[in-house]
Amino acid sequence: MASQTLYDKLWAQHLVTQRDDGSALIYIDRHLLHEVTSPQAFEGLRLAGRKPWRRDANLATPDHNVPTTLKERSAGNAGILDDVSRIQVETLDANCESFEIEEFRINDERQGIVHVVGPEQGATLPGMTVVCGDSHTATHGAFAALSHGIGTSEVEHVLATQCLIAQKMKNMQVRVEGKLGLGVTAKDVVLAIIGRIGTAGGTGYAIEFAGSAIRDLSMEGRMTICNMAIEAGARVGLVAVDDNTIDYLKGRPYAPTAEQWSAAVEAWRDLVSDDGAHFDKIVELDAAEIEPQVTWGTSPEMVVNVSAEVPDPAGAADETVTQGMTRALEYMGLSAGQKITDIRLDKVFIGSCTNSRIEDLREAAKVARGRKVADNIQLAMVVPGSGLVKRLAEAEGLDRIFVEAGFEWREPGCSMCLAMNADKLGAGERCASTSNRNFEGRQGYGGRTHLVSPAMAAAAAIEGHFVDVRSYDYDRADAMSA
Amino acid sequence: MKKFERLQGLVAPLDRANVDTDLIIPKQFLKSIKRTGFGPNLFDELRYLDEGYPGQDATGRPLNPDFVLNQSRYRDAQVLLARRNFGCGSSREHAPWALDDFGFRVVIAPSFADIFYNNSFKNGILLIALDEATVDRLFQETEAVEGYRLDIDLEGQTITTPSGEAIPFEVDAFRKHCLLEGLDDIGLTLEQSGAIRDFESRHRPANPWLFRDA
Repeated sequence: MASQTLYDKLWAQHLVTQRDDGSALIYIDRHLLHEVTSPQAFEGLRLAGRKPWRRDANLATPDHNVPTTLKERSAGNAGILDDVSRIQVETLDANCESFEIEEFRINDERQGIVHVVGPEQGATLPGMTVVCGDSHTATHGAFAALSHGIGTSEVEHVLATQCLIAQKMKNMQVRVEGKLGLGVTAKDVVLAIIGRIGTAGGTGYAIEFAGSAIRDLSMEGRMTICNMAIEAGARVGLVAVDDNTIDYLKGRPYAPTAEQWSAAVEAWRDLVSDDGAHFDKIVELDAAEIEPQVTWGTSPEMVVNVSAEVPDPAGAADETVTQGMTRALEYMGLSAGQKITDIRLDKVFIGSCTNSRIEDLREAAKVARGRKVADNIQLAMVVPGSGLVKRLAEAEGLDRIFVEAGFEWREPGCSMCLAMNADKLGAGERCASTSNRNFEGRQGYGGRTHLVSPAMAAAAAIEGHFVDVRSYDYDRADAMSA
Repeated sequence: MKKFERLQGLVAPLDRANVDTDLIIPKQFLKSIKRTGFGPNLFDELRYLDEGYPGQDATGRPLNPDFVLNQSRYRDAQVLLARRNFGCGSSREHAPWALDDFGFRVVIAPSFADIFYNNSFKNGILLIALDEATVDRLFQETEAVEGYRLDIDLEGQTITTPSGEAIPFEVDAFRKHCLLEGLDDIGLTLEQSGAIRDFESRHRPANPWLFRDA
């Protein structure tokens, strides 16, 4: 057989039927659900008198609307003060009950952001197809699972048929070779990639992230990278299976056990691109050249090195880009030539499906340890990605470090990444955020978002403005054990 | 699904690139558990001068006079003309629901984001990608001529301008067929239940760990 990319293999392994017109039916192994994009799909099933094709392929949890303060959370759904939000969460509960779908409810310790929960439970496995009504489903590709976001009509389609109508994407390889500098993280790598190829650079492609710098990343880091593939326009981000993948999954609740484990591992070892496999496009980055990244505008591609200045729209490639940059500067309240490290902040958000896993919290805590949040920061919040991440972080004492430094330590959920719950920016407020989108109004009406890594966000909270964590005095190697 | 065959529609120009789904329909409106009623909140942050909230009566809200859809000449537009990478961002199908609810049946742009592209066709909205130069020209003509309409023929894959110029466009055969016939995807797929069961009978023994119901 001809050499295949990882994506080619995953596609072939799930192909049910291929039509002459280029469309195909592909089989879906895992379907994750949350409260925002599923109610209309369940309603559609009900109206058509249909049932889920395979109940055990589905797993649900509420995440977008859940409150993150302990006071509200302790009351369960009743603690959701916004009626419309509460109804949406209650609707998910009712739908999962009537269609007999497993759900981790609001105060189940396993609840969390759906893209943190899936891998953490081992419900995401290599070689799977994974879909969810959420564009950040690309996250699960870190496990060599063919994963992408879908709309609500497709949620209904997957529930009813266990399949999706799809068209094969093109293959892109993004290769990052070399060693990352100290203080440079997966988030900086993916922002640098988006800065290079642009927010539509990956449209129509499945991107495989490869190279020694990607192989050196933990699974958490790989999830951060794949998570933001969609911010480069690619629905699918992938990383090949290696020992990291397998070690991460061993012993997880939904992972195979006993003799099935060894059979699975043997099958998973083949989930790599063959030597000589054809990629339609290859992009290469030198890891050593990547600096900590900060977005300055209203699209993730509007990103620069922390040591740089806000760019000048006059230097843009064409009129449309100039217009977009000018509008972004106006919205963000910035001017060309301003130093990134001079940008002062009002709020700091550490969380989201991009950066709320244990490793992210450890990185931020290393910076925050023994320091105090600056006076000009009105709110610095840390929102763990799941109840289990929260428990682990507390067992390591990270919560104490954050609280003593003046951060708020919250309950798990999507929170201020998209501000569907009560956590949001006010008009004109400027936020250093570890989330994935800096769109206008994303974190609140009129809010201004700068995307950064967890360490950069924590340092910005302490100093009140952006700083280069590479020159920041903190113990990077400390395992937080003291 | 709503059929789409042919439309002679008024065109509205939205002159900005990378219009994301947060801009098309902001998150607070995603709390609805319905598929309808999103029209008044399409482009909410561009369209109104205040912050909108779900369940609100939009009639008394202050309009942004500079926003294109607030200009009386574009009020009944059914064709939206936009710039590159339209619909980037989230997978929310509320974006095409809002466009549809407002009255748009066609969006023309140099390029679209993948998930938005899929979602739109599933709601009977035709997305047409044309090269930048052609889109540029359509922008100029739309802005120059009040009441500018385009005749869009899906069967013939042609857009005809008021001057009689015919612009061909691409659309993949399967999506075209579904749109022309107004076909329900799920019904179509369920006709292949046998093939799905056959697939499962091979997939399960090869990957038993993917099935938790045994």
